[in-house]
Amino acid sequence: MDYFLSEDQLMIRDLCRQIAEERVKPVRAELDEKEQFPRELMKALAQADLFGLIIPEQYGGLGGGCLENCIAVEELSRACVGVSTTFAASFLGAYPIILFGSEEQKAKYLPIIASGERLAAFALTESAAGSDAGAIQTQARREGDEYVINGSKQWITNGGEARIYSVIAITDRSKGARGASAFIVEEGDPGFSVGKKEIKLGIRASATAELIFNECRIPADRLLAREGMGFVVAMRTFDKSRPGVGAQAVGVAQGALDEAAAFARTRKQFDKPIITFQAVAHMLADMATKVEAARALVYSVARFVDSGAKDISKASAMAKLFPTDIAMEVTTNAVQVLGGHGYMRDYPVEKMMRDAKILQIYEGTNQIQRNVIGQELNKEYGRAK
Amino acid sequence: MKIIVCLKQVPDTASVKLDPVTHTLKREGVAAVINPFDLFALEAALQLRERVGGQILALTMGPPQAAEMLREAIGYGVDDGLLLSDRAFAGADTWATTAALAAGVRHLGGADLIVCGKQAVDGDTAQVGPGLAMRLGLPQVAFVKAIREAAADHLVVERQMDDGYEVVSLPLPGLITVVREIGEPRPPSLKGKMRAKKFEAPVAGAAALGLAEDQVGLRGSFTQVVEVFAPGAAGQREMLPGPAEAAGRAVIDRLVADKVILLGS
Repeated sequence: MDYFLSEDQLMIRDLCRQIAEERVKPVRAELDEKEQFPRELMKALAQADLFGLIIPEQYGGLGGGCLENCIAVEELSRACVGVSTTFAASFLGAYPIILFGSEEQKAKYLPIIASGERLAAFALTESAAGSDAGAIQTQARREGDEYVINGSKQWITNGGEARIYSVIAITDRSKGARGASAFIVEEGDPGFSVGKKEIKLGIRASATAELIFNECRIPADRLLAREGMGFVVAMRTFDKSRPGVGAQAVGVAQGALDEAAAFARTRKQFDKPIITFQAVAHMLADMATKVEAARALVYSVARFVDSGAKDISKASAMAKLFPTDIAMEVTTNAVQVLGGHGYMRDYPVEKMMRDAKILQIYEGTNQIQRNVIGQELNKEYGRAK
Repeated sequence: MKIIVCLKQVPDTASVKLDPVTHTLKREGVAAVINPFDLFALEAALQLRERVGGQILALTMGPPQAAEMLREAIGYGVDDGLLLSDRAFAGADTWATTAALAAGVRHLGGADLIVCGKQAVDGDTAQVGPGLAMRLGLPQVAFVKAIREAAADHLVVERQMDDGYEVVSLPLPGLITVVREIGEPRPPSLKGKMRAKKFEAPVAGAAALGLAEDQVGLRGSFTQVVEVFAPGAAGQREMLPGPAEAAGRAVIDRLVADKVILLGS
C-alpha cells in the first residue's frame, strides 16, 4: 500500500529499515536470550540522528512529528520490539519537556537527548498505582529552593540506563488528581537510586527497573509546568506517544507476517507448499488484511495528531488499542503457521509473540484505552443532544 | 584535522556476473556501491573527526555516475567531495590511478591525513593507497586495524600482520590504509542524507588538474587488462572401485605417493 509519504518520510523509513536489517536482526536473538541492553545499537541510532527525530530543530533535533516517529518505530519493531521500546521510551521521557518545559529546561535537556548522548525515561507507575494512576504514593515537598522526593517507581523502561527521568509525584495530597506534579530527575541526584532490574517474558533487550527516591533533593527549577499539572503532563504525553505503541504493534505484526508467509511458501507437507492449502492461506490473508488496517489507522491518527488537532485522546487511544490487539493475534497465528518450528527459539516468531504481549499492557492497558474511548463517546453523544 | 578519504565505486559483488561469451564483467543492470573496504576508511575518518575534530573530504576517480557515490558519502557525514572524471582517465591501472588521485589531493589543497580502504573488491591489488603516498612523497602505513593516538603531527596506529600486529608511529601529513578491524561502518545519518539530497559533487578533469593525457588513463598505464575470466574446473577424476575400506586405503596410498600428506612412522 502506498501511504503517500513525503520524500523525507521515505528516507526515514529506508534508513530505519537498513539499520533494522543490517544491525538489529543479526543480534536480536542473542540480546533476547541474554537479556542484554542494546548499547551498541543505541549508539548506531544516535549516529544516524534518530534520537533527534521528534526534537524541535532549535534544540538540535529534526523537528519531526508523530508520523515520522511512527515510521521509524514501526521499522525498528519489525526486527525487534525490545530495541524499539528502548528507543521510543527515550521520547516518552522527552515529551514532557518538549510539551511543558521552560525555555531553560528545553535548552538544557533536549539537545543531549537529540544527540543520543543521554537516554530519557518516563516514571509514573508504582507498585500500587498502575491503571489507577491517581493512587500514586511518591511525594515531593518544597523546601526552600529545592524539592525533596520520597517513594518508588516500578517497571520503568530505561530505568538505570537513562540519565534523565520525567517523574510524576504528589505535591498536595488534599487536591487529589490536581495534586500531582511533574519533575525532571537526573541520574546522580542525591537520594536517587535504581532498584531491582526486572526479568521479563518479552522485550528482554529493554531495561525495566525500579526507581527509588529517598529524600531525593532536586533544584526547584526542575519542576515541569506548575505544581498540580502532573497528570495533565502525563495525559498529554500519552496522547502523543500512544500512536507510537500502535506503530510498534504494526511493525512486529508485519515482521511475523513476513516470517509466516515466507515459511509457508517453502515448507512442504503432503508434497505441496503449505501456503497452497486454503486453511493456511486464509490465515495469512486475515493476518495481512489486519496488519494493513492497523497501519492505515496508525498513520491516519499520526497525521491527525500532527495537524495540531486539540482533542486527540480518543483517536490516540484507538491507534494504540486496535493495532496492539492485532499484533497479539497475528504473532500468535504466525507461530501456528510455523507449527513446531515456530515454537522453537531457532525461529524468530516465538520471540515476536512474547514481545507483542507487552503492547497490550504498557502505556495504558487496552482496558484503559477502551475506558478513554468510552468516556470520549459519552462526552460526544452528550454534547450532540 | 583535514582528512581525505579515497573511495572507489565498484559493482555490487553480491550481484556481479561474468558474460559467458566475452568473459568480461557484466556491468549493465548491476548496482554500483562504495567499495566495502572503503566504508572502513570512511568509518576510520568519522571516528577520527569525533575524537579530534576537523573536516572530511571524499575523493574518487570514476565515470560521471560516481557522483552518486559521493552523495552517499555525504549521507554518512562527509563534509565535501571531489569527483575526478574525464574520458582520458579511462582504462587506468594503479599507476595511472595514483597519478590522478595525487593531483586530486593537491587540487584539494592537501590533507593532514589520507585514508584508503586496504584494497578494492574488483581489482584486489591493494596498490593504490601505498602508490598514492609514494606519488605525494608521504609516509604511509598499510593494513591499519586501530588508531591508538591522534595528535596534530602524528598518529600511533596498529598495523595488522599475519602473526599479530605492530605499533607504528606515523608522522603527519601521512596516509593509512585500513582493514575491517578498524570498526563496523556506521549507518548513514538523517541530517547527512538531507544534506546529500542537495549536494552536487564538484568535478575536475585532466586539464583542471594539470595532467597531460599521457600521464593518465590507458596511455599513462604500464599494464592493461586484456581479459577477465572465471577459471574453468580443470580437475581430473578417477573412480576407485572396490569396497569402501580398500578404496580408502588406495586414496591414502596415492596421497602419500604424491607427497600431499605424510604418514607418521
